[in-house]
Amino acid sequence: MYMFKYVLKRLLLLLLTFFIIITVSFVLVKLLPDTPIKQLGKDPTLIMNIKVARHQYYINEAGEYIRTPIIEQYIYYLGYAFKGDFGVSELLYPGQDVWKVFSEKVPFTVAVNLYSILFSIPLGIGLGIVAAVKKNTWIDHLISTGVMIFVSVPSFIYGFLVQYLLCFKLHWFEPVMNASNGAFSWTGFSTMIPAVLCLAFGSIAGFARYTRAELTEVLTGDYMLLARTKGLTRGQATMRHALRNAMVPIFPMILSEFVGIMSGSLIIEGMFTIPGVGSLFVNSIRSTPNPDYNFFILLSAFYILIGLVAGIVADISYGFIDPRIRMGAK
Amino acid sequence: MKDVKQTVVIPKEKFEFASQGDMVHDKKLQTKPVGYFKDAFRRFCKNKGAVVAAIVVIFLVLFAIFGPLCINSNYTDAYVTDADVKLYKYLSPKLFENGNFWSGTQKKTAVNESDYYQDLAMGQERGCTTISDFIKQYEVSDVFSTSIKYDYRVDAYQTIGAFTKTLTTEQYQALMAWQDENRLQVILPSVDRNATSKTENIWYKCQMKGNAYTTKPEFDENGDFIPAYRTYASADGRRDDYTSNMRLAKDPYVNGDTENGWSYATRTGSADKGYNYVVRVNPYNYFIYRYGFEPKFTFGTDASGYDIFTRLASGARFSMLLAVGISAINLAIGAIYGAIEGFYGGKTDLIMERVSDILSAIPTMIVVILFNLHFSATVGAVPALIWAFIVTGWIGMAGTTRMQFYRYKNQEYVLAARTLGAKDRRLIWKHIFPNALGTLITSSVLVIPGVIFSETSLSYLGIINLDSPTRSSVGAMLSAGNGMMTKYPFLVLFPALFIGLLMVSFNLFGNGLRDAFNPNLRGTEG
Repeated sequence: MYMFKYVLKRLLLLLLTFFIIITVSFVLVKLLPDTPIKQLGKDPTLIMNIKVARHQYYINEAGEYIRTPIIEQYIYYLGYAFKGDFGVSELLYPGQDVWKVFSEKVPFTVAVNLYSILFSIPLGIGLGIVAAVKKNTWIDHLISTGVMIFVSVPSFIYGFLVQYLLCFKLHWFEPVMNASNGAFSWTGFSTMIPAVLCLAFGSIAGFARYTRAELTEVLTGDYMLLARTKGLTRGQATMRHALRNAMVPIFPMILSEFVGIMSGSLIIEGMFTIPGVGSLFVNSIRSTPNPDYNFFILLSAFYILIGLVAGIVADISYGFIDPRIRMGAK
Repeated sequence: MKDVKQTVVIPKEKFEFASQGDMVHDKKLQTKPVGYFKDAFRRFCKNKGAVVAAIVVIFLVLFAIFGPLCINSNYTDAYVTDADVKLYKYLSPKLFENGNFWSGTQKKTAVNESDYYQDLAMGQERGCTTISDFIKQYEVSDVFSTSIKYDYRVDAYQTIGAFTKTLTTEQYQALMAWQDENRLQVILPSVDRNATSKTENIWYKCQMKGNAYTTKPEFDENGDFIPAYRTYASADGRRDDYTSNMRLAKDPYVNGDTENGWSYATRTGSADKGYNYVVRVNPYNYFIYRYGFEPKFTFGTDASGYDIFTRLASGARFSMLLAVGISAINLAIGAIYGAIEGFYGGKTDLIMERVSDILSAIPTMIVVILFNLHFSATVGAVPALIWAFIVTGWIGMAGTTRMQFYRYKNQEYVLAARTLGAKDRRLIWKHIFPNALGTLITSSVLVIPGVIFSETSLSYLGIINLDSPTRSSVGAMLSAGNGMMTKYPFLVLFPALFIGLLMVSFNLFGNGLRDAFNPNLRGTEG
């Protein structure tokens, strides 16, 4: 019951936070000057008609387009958003439904992040275990140094390295992703590898560092000594006792990474031309003369929601994994 | 088993009282007391990685401060005023004079014949070696034809394409005087466009194909290039008013054949408005004339001809100043906010925590974009960026301070101070806050690489634009270089190396500092 109440409380809080942020962001975006009507794609009247239909504009007696008050725009926006209508693109894909464009991009982002996570979890945790078991030997020093470097160096630096060495010099991979067959096809996968590598380096290092830290702490515990005195070998004791306990904080981290799958990487996607959410976001901001506001609002909301959910999932999963932790208990 | 027992017999007279007669007083401590910060410093020095990182950080900071002074300011000042700077774009990094490594050379592969001869001819005309290392010549055949290709390294500084300049009479006179004084040929003879093909670099006669010239050179019986300069014999070439003694060695004028001598300039304009002279110049020597030093760029030059070394240093200086400033402001705001939260607790804490919760849920990226859209037009991109980083940046600091306050506020010494009549403000700042200071300083050091990273990513993505002739950002340098990476890898190499080194060393340094300031770790490292 504790748990249920706690989860409910967190969910309500999440919705409240989300609502406040979205309201503020919407108002801030709408306070900006809107894109001049003439520059709305090839057929401005079409887009303006949609905007009028969605109560973002109205036509006055003189036949001019006038913006409706922001509060009114917001209420109508929310109403349409509940029905899954987030408006149309103004500049990037003039006249197209932003939700449709967005949902076409999601699979690519999910694919590239999924591959990278599937690749980095076993490798990262494995390296972490090796480093912890061989603590203070040259193996540990080697892994720890590598981890330190890969954690701190920004991912676009690996991006340059991978692009230059593996794509241009050694010609192992295509520097540009071939998206023609969809995200989950073989061509998609094989041309995604450089991007997957760039994303994986950082997460491998992150997992390895975390696992090493947790495991070294657990390995010094008294129950490990007990397990050894019972007659378990070092390997058995590590695998059956230490690793399970060390996983308690690591598992939520994995979970929140999985939630974060959809948010993608702004830089890596652009660098390897993966038509995902990240590059859509960057393009929507960089479009001229103004950002593509409908995309911007939708994607901002999406990112904020992902961040909030990832936080909650990690917190709640602690309670499920570790029976000693009782969430929300007084 | 044998019981071994050894008895050492010490004679009685060897025993002596430790202190006989005098009273035993407490002696004054001879050693100096080890305070919190001194202890932290001592433990920091034991961490070799952190010390090395600290040295690297200091080195990078020195680079950022003094880097821009390393190049003659004549050149950097010309960024704004002078279009000539653009002609010196994409020059390779040059540190050593000879060899293939870091010597201002660039490898060219599969170059066709006419381009190869153009590079070769450039050296002949300017009296220097353009092809520093000839690698190989080979044949490539496809279905239609067989062609000859070359692989070689060129000196990037000597193969800058020749260009024409229009000078006023005074400028022309000054340039000729400088030439004579320094014995450097800046002005090259004008090319006879009727006898060659398109570019200013082809000063030799080319083969004909139908009615048009190709870019392939024609050779004389010795296998040399046949010069195709405009001579004094042609009508307008005569009025070049070239009074300098510097002429190319093969110029017929040198041997007394004034009629067929090569013309070095073309006069335009009229007597009442003043004459202008169109001259073709050797870019290398023109650079020396113009900016007063031989072109040699340690990190090369970028697409606009800007020196990468100084650009990188000024970008780094900007990033570091921004990061340190933001971290200091965040520290101040976070400390005050966290202190109030932590000290008063209860409802105050609850409400203030909700506010910071909501703010922390907004991704920094979105805050930066919104601030940039709203304020960069009115207050400028940099203040907008600073504001955006502060809006959500202080939350981490506030959290740390709050936690420290919760730890210390119920301790006896605080109660004692309160009983002695200390006011809240005194309790907060004099009694509790100093305990949180070490942790706060370390976390504010760790904020610095984070801010630099965000700033670099944002300018790399083009979301914020901080670039101008006088200011640069590392992220913009990286994104500009990314497109030209296959041809000019140095455009990306140096900024990327710098950012990578900065991130690793700052993080190592910060972690070392954190461990040193953590009293729980005292003595554990042995």
